[in-house]
Amino acid sequence: MKARAFSYVRPVTIAEAIDAFAAAGGEASYIAGGQSLVPALALRLQAPECLIDIAHVEALRGIERQGGRLRLGALTRHVDAHDDPLIARYAPLLHLAAPHVAHPAIRNRGTLGGSVALADPASEFPAMMLAMGAEMEIAGPEGTRRVPADAFFQGVYETAIEPGELLVAFHIPVAGPHHRCAFDELARRRGDYALVGCGVMLAMPGDVVEDARIAFLSVGPTPVRARAAEVALLGSRLDEAAIRTAQTALAEDLDPTDEAHVPATMRLHLARVLLGRLLGGLGAAT
Amino acid sequence: MNAPLGALDRPNSYIGRSVSRPNAKRLLAGRGRYVTDLVLPRMLHAAFLRSPYAHARIVSIDLDEARAMPGVRLIATGADLAKLCKPWVGTLDHFKGMKSASQLPLPVDEVSWSGQAVVAIVAESRAQAEDAAEAISVEFEELPVVSDIDRAREAGADRAASTIEDNLCFTSRLDTGGIDEIFASAFHVVEEEFHFGRHTAVTLEPRAIVADWDASEGKLTVHHATQTPYQFQDLYARHYSIPEVNVRVVAPDIGGSFGMKLHVYHEDMAVIGLSMLCGRPVKFVADRIESFVSDIHARDHRVHARMAVDGDGTILAMDVDDVTAIGAFSTYPRTSAVEGNQVIRLMGAPYRFRNYRAGLSVVFQNKVQTSQYRAVGHPIACAVTERLVDMAAEKAGLDPAAMRERNLIADDAYPCDSPTGYKFEALSHQESLTKLKALMNYDALRGEQAALRQRGVHRGIGIASFVEISNPSPAFYGIGGARISAQDGALLKMTPSGEVRCLISVTEQGQGTETIIGQIVADQLGVAHERVRVITGDTEVTPHGGATWACRGAGIGGETALQAARKLRGNIMSLAAAILQAKPGELDMRDGVVVDALSGAERISLAEIARIAYFRSDTLPPDASAQLSVAHHYAPQGYPFAFTNGIQGCHVELDAETGFVKILKHWVVEDCGRIINPLLVDEQVRGGVVQGLGAAFFEECLYDENGQLTNGSLADYLVPMACEMPDIVIGHIETPTADTALGAKGCGEAGTAAASAAALNAVNDAMSPFGASIAQIPMTPARLLKALGTI
Repeated sequence: MKARAFSYVRPVTIAEAIDAFAAAGGEASYIAGGQSLVPALALRLQAPECLIDIAHVEALRGIERQGGRLRLGALTRHVDAHDDPLIARYAPLLHLAAPHVAHPAIRNRGTLGGSVALADPASEFPAMMLAMGAEMEIAGPEGTRRVPADAFFQGVYETAIEPGELLVAFHIPVAGPHHRCAFDELARRRGDYALVGCGVMLAMPGDVVEDARIAFLSVGPTPVRARAAEVALLGSRLDEAAIRTAQTALAEDLDPTDEAHVPATMRLHLARVLLGRLLGGLGAAT
Repeated sequence: MNAPLGALDRPNSYIGRSVSRPNAKRLLAGRGRYVTDLVLPRMLHAAFLRSPYAHARIVSIDLDEARAMPGVRLIATGADLAKLCKPWVGTLDHFKGMKSASQLPLPVDEVSWSGQAVVAIVAESRAQAEDAAEAISVEFEELPVVSDIDRAREAGADRAASTIEDNLCFTSRLDTGGIDEIFASAFHVVEEEFHFGRHTAVTLEPRAIVADWDASEGKLTVHHATQTPYQFQDLYARHYSIPEVNVRVVAPDIGGSFGMKLHVYHEDMAVIGLSMLCGRPVKFVADRIESFVSDIHARDHRVHARMAVDGDGTILAMDVDDVTAIGAFSTYPRTSAVEGNQVIRLMGAPYRFRNYRAGLSVVFQNKVQTSQYRAVGHPIACAVTERLVDMAAEKAGLDPAAMRERNLIADDAYPCDSPTGYKFEALSHQESLTKLKALMNYDALRGEQAALRQRGVHRGIGIASFVEISNPSPAFYGIGGARISAQDGALLKMTPSGEVRCLISVTEQGQGTETIIGQIVADQLGVAHERVRVITGDTEVTPHGGATWACRGAGIGGETALQAARKLRGNIMSLAAAILQAKPGELDMRDGVVVDALSGAERISLAEIARIAYFRSDTLPPDASAQLSVAHHYAPQGYPFAFTNGIQGCHVELDAETGFVKILKHWVVEDCGRIINPLLVDEQVRGGVVQGLGAAFFEECLYDENGQLTNGSLADYLVPMACEMPDIVIGHIETPTADTALGAKGCGEAGTAAASAAALNAVNDAMSPFGASIAQIPMTPARLLKALGTI
């Protein structure tokens, strides 16, 4: 199929981009890497009258440490999520998840901002933002605001971003030497959307888990924090009993939908297996 | 390579050599010319409005708004095209009692699957045509959807199309007699119900067609991404009432077909009429979504089968019942019954037993049509047979390899026939098994498996013997009344520079047909293969023939080329003898030069012969005839089919917690007779194995109860990808057919025929410590977790 006709503008500042959206009467889409939007246009699932290409907005770029936070411009590409040394050091979950995101050609063009703003519940990066406790910086006609990840993902493809607003950057608490991180997913083929995926970030200055953040992808309409499992790990030494308790607790955290060919019981089962393996690996890493 | 050396494989021969494909570099350089690349002056583009319902009556169609849209040149409905195109019915006479609903390019009053084209829009661009399609409103009245194969066969069931009296397309029975008694008294009986999912071809290049009607000459030229240009020349001529001589079908570079591109599609037939109505060339290229809802699908079988076995593991009998669903009508002109027919006839084909009973029911339902796709019927017959053999081996306390050693047809038993009536000239099952065991290091692999099980690592080993149908005679289609040729023709021309052009009716879809034909011609003429140009796929210039399908390109096309080359060689030698005033027997052709047969001393080059013949015929002796172009046709006349055989092994590791399977390695030993090009045979086998493993683990067209395809995109329909594919080790045995001088049989289906069966046996082997088993492909994690009792 061919996309419906649309107009195209290429702003160079955030203000110009937001103005362009207003000028199009709201019948516009921002486009960055285009890895999800272009197929949707070709399938006529989306047919905006105007495409606002934000790839040349310099303020949306950049990877830098700002005190206890790592700031990632929304245009940071998937390939950088894997290759950039600052990201690997201070936001290791992005580094670990990146190789599982689609295929190299897609990672070369796709952006973190695009992925998180789309909020596909099967995508890796939205779930990792949740696991890392990132804050999303959002610009709009009224100025800029920040939304924590826990309040950002609201439904299938639904986020705290209002129409016309633009995701500008991520502010991620930096991981330190006392953090242990792991990511894995179960996908039928390498690069596919996973049946279930999980990122774990544990604060363990000694043998004991002092803080735990666990987020799953592909288990519901949004990426999901596994809070009961997190609580189950607090104060533990990541021993087998603690891991089993965390696995059991997932029943409280996850409520996957029953699909014709992937029953809900299967997703919950796979989530438990995956969490057990990740925690087991982190425990063994001491 | 253990076939004896002969006239075919002298030291300077090309037969048996891995000559690289001359067209590969061009395609890699992006210089391929596919139908999609074609731009003709005044060309228009077609798009189709498709039915959102699996079964519905068309109440009304409102075209007014769409007709006024920018760039729109024509909008046509079923009624418009029915005035031009005669309807077709996908039955063959030799399938007694077969029926199917009559088809038109676009339906007049009823749609019978979701995605069926309803209205054609022709515009200056594809985008404009799609814009206009959105402005068309069609009122549908939903009709009951037939999807369940059992309910479809009940008396008084809703029908998939209102023009058929019931949903039974075709039934068949085979019975050698006394089956019930044999099963009643057998030492062991094993029994299983198998499910094989629907899948589809997913060619890299989708279907594409440009029809160009020239009213001034009454001439139709069709540029068509197809395997079978002659078949379509005949169909377009007859259905649009154009003299065949005025119809030209050109098949340029084709990006894969696997059988998918040899069937009549409604859109393709419509495009012919659209060009006639517009008086302009019209292009249609299916996009990927359209491919999923309109390309043929394949398989979709439920087979109940049992096997009777003696106490020592000797197979006594098989009893099978295959129910296969094919969509709302049977495909034209090859039908949708061939697969089921081959399923019940290929069952147990590698084995000695003589007692067999089978039933086949081919059922209509409101889904996309199914039809012939790579290894038609083979994977179903193979998986059912081979799984039962493994189950029987377990009952008899035999290792699966030992079970096959006991039951495979002996290599010295030929010629012989199968209980289903197939005649085998010469096969090599036993030697293949021996070779496979050596390649796999089978006994060591079993030892490793046992040791790993102690550590909780669950690996499985599966093997599967197979028989493949190749080189079909007119018994395949011609006998059923289809105008599908079993013969091929070649035209060989020596150029004035002493080079060779070969125009031949077999076609190229990426498998290397042109390469092997070039090798054979070069070999027989004793010229460098770079000096032979092979031209295929244009009905205006190549002789009429069957083209490339059912593994006939090498065996039949190759023999055609060989005989044509020998004819040309004879003419050249006569001419050389006349020029040299020598006897033909004293001369030979080697490396592009006529030499003294005994001493090898050069006498005259081919270039010099051609120069004299074309430019200085005045110097030839008065009775010399310079016939440097020859035409030759060849049709198989011996066995109805040249059967091939082989065996495959698959090694997998099951993650019993997740139901995920890692394919560790795959082995194939195959016997396609004379190997013309080992590299291309290996490529065919590897590609076939990957498609078989795709069926085993990944590929399935999933429908909901309303007849909607729910995974019709490449994000949701999983084709096998390189990351998941194992190394594939290939060994060869050569048992040439004595029916031809070349001795070649087919190899295109071999990989697909048994890969899924070997994988099924491997996964079941891996699951055996859990007391679990599976009899359904694809073997998804969900199905395996269910089989393991985890969910």
